[in-house]
Order: sequence, then structure tokens, then C-alpha cells
Amino acid sequence: MEETKTRGCRAALRAAFPATIPVLTGFLCLGVAYGVLMESKGYGPEWSVLMSAVAFGGSMQFVAITLLTTAFDPVQAFLLSVMVNARHMFYGLSLLDKYKGLGKARPFLIYVLCDETFSLVSTLEPPEGVARRDFYLWISLLDYLYWITGTALGGLLGNFITFDTTGLDFALTALFVVLFLEQWRKPENRPAGVIGILCAAVSLAVFRADNMVIPAMVLVLAVLLGGRRRLDRSREEGDL
Amino acid sequence: MTLTPFQTLVIILAVAAGTQLTRWLPFWLFPEKKRPPTVVTYLGRALPPAMMGLLVVYCLKSVSWLSAPHGAPELIAIAAVAALHMWRRNVLLSIAGGTVLYMVLVQAVFA
Repeated sequence: MEETKTRGCRAALRAAFPATIPVLTGFLCLGVAYGVLMESKGYGPEWSVLMSAVAFGGSMQFVAITLLTTAFDPVQAFLLSVMVNARHMFYGLSLLDKYKGLGKARPFLIYVLCDETFSLVSTLEPPEGVARRDFYLWISLLDYLYWITGTALGGLLGNFITFDTTGLDFALTALFVVLFLEQWRKPENRPAGVIGILCAAVSLAVFRADNMVIPAMVLVLAVLLGGRRRLDRSREEGDL
Repeated sequence: MTLTPFQTLVIILAVAAGTQLTRWLPFWLFPEKKRPPTVVTYLGRALPPAMMGLLVVYCLKSVSWLSAPHGAPELIAIAAVAALHMWRRNVLLSIAGGTVLYMVLVQAVFA
């Protein structure tokens, strides 16, 4: 019993690891950049790693550097984190079903839910013979560890990196493009995919790079809700 | 360090609390045992492709389209990713190919 369990777990790791390699590349780069930046502001690896492990906030952690270098204001830090990360709420809504019945793994999966993990988990299905829980758990855990490892490396030896890594973080853009195409394979996903691109483009043009995310999300939500009668296939088929 | 160690710790916890709130909220609002309203189920299906499109645009937010090279490295590399993916449908190949091409483009071609 115990042995089949470990074997199942290993099979899940074998299935999950290749899917996370692009995240490995992207997170190591960005994590190193974060560690180096923190170090340059006088916050050594013990602080940058602590932030990465506890907050695990990606882009928000870069924003938080400014919070760590001005007057102490935890309320602003809290509110800003809610706003910068508001998109996570959409990820949670999308994963209500997939994360159902996963027992003790569930709190951890929710704790470390980020853009990349959401994209992988919502797009990929575990291969035959691999438990859903183990597959999601490995993806989430690996992504989380990549970020922490990158941060630690950046804080410890950032100044020794001589290899020109400019452009390496394009791996994450490429990952989202690939996962978008995977979603696109299902014809019923296409209208929503186009809506996502258009709303984001409009929001970027109107609100500019630094403020585009929340307006884009509101726009996506408004269009999806407004167009529900046309977009929601399951309703026509009476499958409620 | 601008802040004291204690203040730094408080900021880390504040950032963590804000971030975690956004992660947990949907799961608190719609607990496992209760069936979510159909509109939530609908959004759960429609949001992944929409957010993937949004994230692609988000990654391109800092590209300056109006000045040279007008986003050419990004567009070429994305086209390469898409072409590779439609050709072989191998996630790693598509991403590695596109990323290496992008690095060559920004480091050597459009540098």
C-alpha cells in the first residue's frame, strides 16, 4: 500500500516536472533579479528569501521593495497587495471545481496559487494513472521552490553572474502563449480568449502599463457577464 | 536597510496577508460542500482562456510600440512560439525555441 503510494507520487512528479520547466527558467531569472535588487537596497538573502517564502507574491514583491525603502506603512502594504494581486480571485473562481475534495493538500495549493501555477493547472490534465491531487501538488510545490531558490541565488551570488541573461524571462511570456494556444484548441474557449486579449489591450492603451491589470479584469468580467447568454453553451444545452 | 528588522517583518506579513486574501477569498465565498451559483460555474469555465489572453498582453505591457524596434522582437518570438507549437505541439520545444530566438533578437539583432 505504502509502496504503490510512493510510486504514484513519483509518477506524478515525472508528469509534473516537464510542465514546470518554463516556470523554472522564468522564476530563476526573476527570482535572481529580485534577490539582487533586495541586496542592493541593503536587504540580504535572509530577508528576500523570507519575503519569497511567506508572501510568494511575484510582481508584488518588486512593488514591495519600494515599501521597504520608504516610511513604514503596513496598511498601505496590505491594500496595495490586495490590489496588485486581485487577479488571484479569478484564479480561485476557476479552480473551485478542480481543487475540490483534495483534503490536506488543498490549503497549500491555495496558499501558493500564482499566475504560472494557475495557468498550468487550469490547462493541463494529469496523465492516466496519476492522481489529480499529486499532479497539482507537484506543480505547485515545484513552482514555489523555483521562486525561493531563485531569490536565494540572487541574494547570495547575484554579483557573480556574468552570463548575459537579457531576454531569458521571455520564457514566461512564451509559457502563457503556449497555454493560450492549448486553451484555443477547444472551440468553446475561443470567444473568451479573444475577449481576454481585447480587454487587456484596451486597458493597456487607456490606463497604461502600471495600472492596466484591475481595469482589464473588470472589463473581462463585464464582457463575460454581459455576453453570458451568447457565450454560455451549457445553458442552451440545458446542462445546468 | 531603511526599516528596522521588526518593521521589515511587519511589511512582509502585511504583503503576505494582502496576497493571501486574494487567494483564499473565492474558496471562502464558495465552500467545497455548497454548490456555487451557475454564474460562478460559468465564470470558472470562461475565465481561464480569458486570463491566459490577458496574461499574454500583460507580459507585453512594457513594449514601446511607437519607438524602434516597435515590438518586433516580441512579435517575432511570439510568432515563432505559435508556429513551433502548432507544428510539434511540444510545450518545451515551443518555449525554449521562442526564448532562445528572443534572446538572440534583443541581444544581437535589435541591440
